[in-house]
Amino acid sequence: MSKFKSKKDNSLPAVNTASLPDIVFMLLFFFMVVTVMREDTLMIENKLPLADQVEKLDKKNPISYIYMGKPARGYEKFGTEARLQLNDKFAQISEVQAFINAERAALREELIPYLTVSLKVDREANMGIVGDVKQELRKANALKINYTTGTGDVMNNIDR
Amino acid sequence: MAKRAAPEVNAGSMADIAFLLLIFFLVTTTIPKDSGLNRKLPPIEENDEDVIIKEKNIFTVQVNSKDQLLVEDEITELQNVRDLAMAFLDNNGDGSCNYCQGARDSKSSDNPDKAIISLKNDRETSYSMYISVQNELVAAYNELRNRRAEQVGPKRGFKGLNFVEMEKAYKDPKFNGNKEKLKEVIDQIRNEYPEKLSEVQ
Repeated sequence: MSKFKSKKDNSLPAVNTASLPDIVFMLLFFFMVVTVMREDTLMIENKLPLADQVEKLDKKNPISYIYMGKPARGYEKFGTEARLQLNDKFAQISEVQAFINAERAALREELIPYLTVSLKVDREANMGIVGDVKQELRKANALKINYTTGTGDVMNNIDR
Repeated sequence: MAKRAAPEVNAGSMADIAFLLLIFFLVTTTIPKDSGLNRKLPPIEENDEDVIIKEKNIFTVQVNSKDQLLVEDEITELQNVRDLAMAFLDNNGDGSCNYCQGARDSKSSDNPDKAIISLKNDRETSYSMYISVQNELVAAYNELRNRRAEQVGPKRGFKGLNFVEMEKAYKDPKFNGNKEKLKEVIDQIRNEYPEKLSEVQ
């Protein structure tokens, strides 16, 4: 009986982990590719309306972002009316011009005329605040604007 | 009791599989890019000379605080704005526009160059409604330009491209065609149906 007994240990062989680094690197690369860096931490709700006649926002030109919407959860103390957010903090309408000038100062001189202001406005905001910001942008002579929207049928905006 | 060791799985090709997956994801994932409606604000001018524009050359669209639409003083649904705007822009009242197909109504606009769309909103208008209306008005321009592009394009060697596709091709670095010629066609169509959309404060 013991004649046929194998001399080898019959416990399970260890799982080969040689390819584990490959898998980990693959995941790493995958997430590196798909993650989008957010420029600002949003303190407001920002659900963009939809439109289907959109043009791509050209990344070759400098873009400044202006956010508007009602304060998000956790920021209720700032009220329920739509507010303006510049960089990482709430701002007043009067600060728009200073913001644009600061954005311009950070640019190379030849790029300044190409500065586009992207307005990221929550779909539930009112036009009042948007109109005020537009007026300030005109005063600051930042005339190229883009109403940043999602892509979809406009009819979905109405019966939400 | 027979003891038999399980044969070791060959893991040599694991790296190949991992790279295959990696390349697959690299190729298929697209980085989301911002898009939206481009507009140009009017500059603030010191000397505000009143330019006289005939009433019939202005197409007024008003959105009130309850998100209701008033187009040329009539209550309208959003779905109809595009067709009304196209009819207005393409009207060709004075007959100077030989590519228009409009009704030549003497009470509507003279020609696309003179036709102006004026969009008024209330402070209480919701942003989503405002964007919807803007989108429809831009769509009216784009549809007219697309139609014109399909007439002009084939003669100039850009068959099967409408205006929106022409613009896209012009921006595409991989486009292998005569870009200067394409630019000429785009500019011509832009001049034939100039986008005159004013946002009233």
